[in-house]
Amino acid sequence: MLEYGTKIVAGVTPGRGGDEVCGVPVYDTIAEAKEHRTMDASIVFVPAPYALDAALEAVEAGLDPVVVITEGIPVRDTIELAARARRAGTTIVGPNTPGLIKPGESKLGIMPAQVFREGSVGIVSRSGTLFYEIAAHVTRVGLGQSMCVGLGGDPVVGLDFIDVLRWFEHDEETDSVALIGEIGGDAEERAAEFISEGGFTKPVAAYIAGRSAVPGKRMGHAGAIIQGSTGTAESKMKVLRNAGVAVGELPGDVARFLKGPLG
Amino acid sequence: MKLLEYQAKQVFQKFDIPVPKGGVAETILEAEEIAKMVGGPLAIKAQLPVGGRGKAGGILFAETTNKAAEIAGRLLGSRLMDLEIKKVLVEEKLNIKKELYLGVVVDRKNRSYMVLASSEGGVDIEEVAARTPEKIVRHLVDPLDGLRSYHARLVAKRLGYTGREMSALADLLLKLYRVAMEMDAELTEINPLVVTDAGLMAADARLNIDNNALFRHPELDELSEEDEASELSERELEARGLGLTYVELDGDIGVIGNGAGLTMATIDTVTLKGGMASNFLDLGGGASAERIGAGVSFVLSDPRVKALFVNILGGITRCDETAQGIIEAMRLTSSEKPIVVRMTGTNEEEGKRLLGEARIDTLDTMEEAAERVVALARGGQVW
Repeated sequence: MLEYGTKIVAGVTPGRGGDEVCGVPVYDTIAEAKEHRTMDASIVFVPAPYALDAALEAVEAGLDPVVVITEGIPVRDTIELAARARRAGTTIVGPNTPGLIKPGESKLGIMPAQVFREGSVGIVSRSGTLFYEIAAHVTRVGLGQSMCVGLGGDPVVGLDFIDVLRWFEHDEETDSVALIGEIGGDAEERAAEFISEGGFTKPVAAYIAGRSAVPGKRMGHAGAIIQGSTGTAESKMKVLRNAGVAVGELPGDVARFLKGPLG
Repeated sequence: MKLLEYQAKQVFQKFDIPVPKGGVAETILEAEEIAKMVGGPLAIKAQLPVGGRGKAGGILFAETTNKAAEIAGRLLGSRLMDLEIKKVLVEEKLNIKKELYLGVVVDRKNRSYMVLASSEGGVDIEEVAARTPEKIVRHLVDPLDGLRSYHARLVAKRLGYTGREMSALADLLLKLYRVAMEMDAELTEINPLVVTDAGLMAADARLNIDNNALFRHPELDELSEEDEASELSERELEARGLGLTYVELDGDIGVIGNGAGLTMATIDTVTLKGGMASNFLDLGGGASAERIGAGVSFVLSDPRVKALFVNILGGITRCDETAQGIIEAMRLTSSEKPIVVRMTGTNEEEGKRLLGEARIDTLDTMEEAAERVVALARGGQVW
């Protein structure tokens, strides 16, 4: 992140206060860090059993957004975090997310910088590496990205597609959007409804992973599971198409659509 | 982690939720013992981690101890819905006056828990929701307030209960909610919740625990072996032992990726190119050479696998580590099966150099690599 130009002003690790990592001072608590440095946002890498506590510390300190990279946080903890963040007016990104990147400016995440270029496509994704895959395609066709948001692969996450689409609608640097979904839940269906109702008016291309998934089995992500008849890739692709979204058969189709018919 | 009915009922009992008198048996002798202790008409229920076993013939009734033992003997060891019945629950047959439904589920959309209740118990709640949605009462829990007594009374009232019956149902719902919270459950369900002369009783019980919260529940450690195990295939069990995120599929092309979404997309691409994946194996983030090697060896050891596709998008996973892992696995297994590697990202050049030296083919795009592996699996000439 430092290499990419993100202004990391402090690290917080209980018991390691006084240390320094890559020239960045480490403090025992956020409160202490705030006494010495000025900061806006927070990114959490704390192991799952302690992640709720760490994220709440950031919320209480007034940092916004709080990006939670950690995978494996109990859903009950995420529910509590989301509720407390909502009350405080804080945005939670994740958990189980690669984070955020604004190419050419800054990143608050763990994505490989080399696949991104400044450009006009907004990307919002439930997956990590599949998001890099599609971002690389978008870069290769010469479009680049205005802003990329990893929602996270857990069943409950702080942001959903609609929140990010709302933001992209008003972002002047974003001309079109790549929406990357996967099996499980109904976040894509709700995004399709939002688009149908005119909530989002810019062109959207989408890819949904998991057409070959087995119902009832968790495909890697805690949230990627077809339960009963809900959450299949086919149903998501269908409702998105009905909403006027260009849904790709292959990950590479997304960039092809954005460059071609939707460009 | 899905608990079996008898395990869920043991948990319910700890939370003071009434369940029928009975016990679990693995042999005819045990079944007979339990039947004798319980007495009277009995229900014999196959313990399987799937719904719909009643319709499939997994729940039977007996008037006598002998008959109960005979039924238990018939069920034990037989197969139902593609699963072997290893245990049966032998319990008192209830005198049912009415059947209800009560459940607490994670609501992904609202980022909270939802209480579901219905006067239509004993049937699949998804069916009720589709057919007669008005018969389901929903209450969205405020995560910071929790479910309070008056919320529970409101739910009971909306189901049409008044007076003492309302209080009893509300009381039971509060206990069920406590189970959901304290056990970190994704799904807590009583279907049917039955009204008997002795009051409310959980005739069936479902409890699915959040895998991510198992560290908070050491008491479930001894259960985890046997319960989920019955749902997993032998290879899936073995993979779990190795710490691999693995799902068995029906095809003959091994697929390994890093990241759940990318691995799913890789399988979908193989399918679109006319192939069939034998598995889903997600290495996760930042896999070491050892871990990658373990994954490659494991998939290659599957006799169904004709060719392997490794798709790595290096972020925190490094391509050179990936290459080392693949090469080491090839050396150890001395497998002759063709491997197609697609990798890009962190330390890509070094990774490709290593694979090139080892004469392992790498391709730049997922689509090309998928086409290549499908051709190789068919045994066709590719270049």
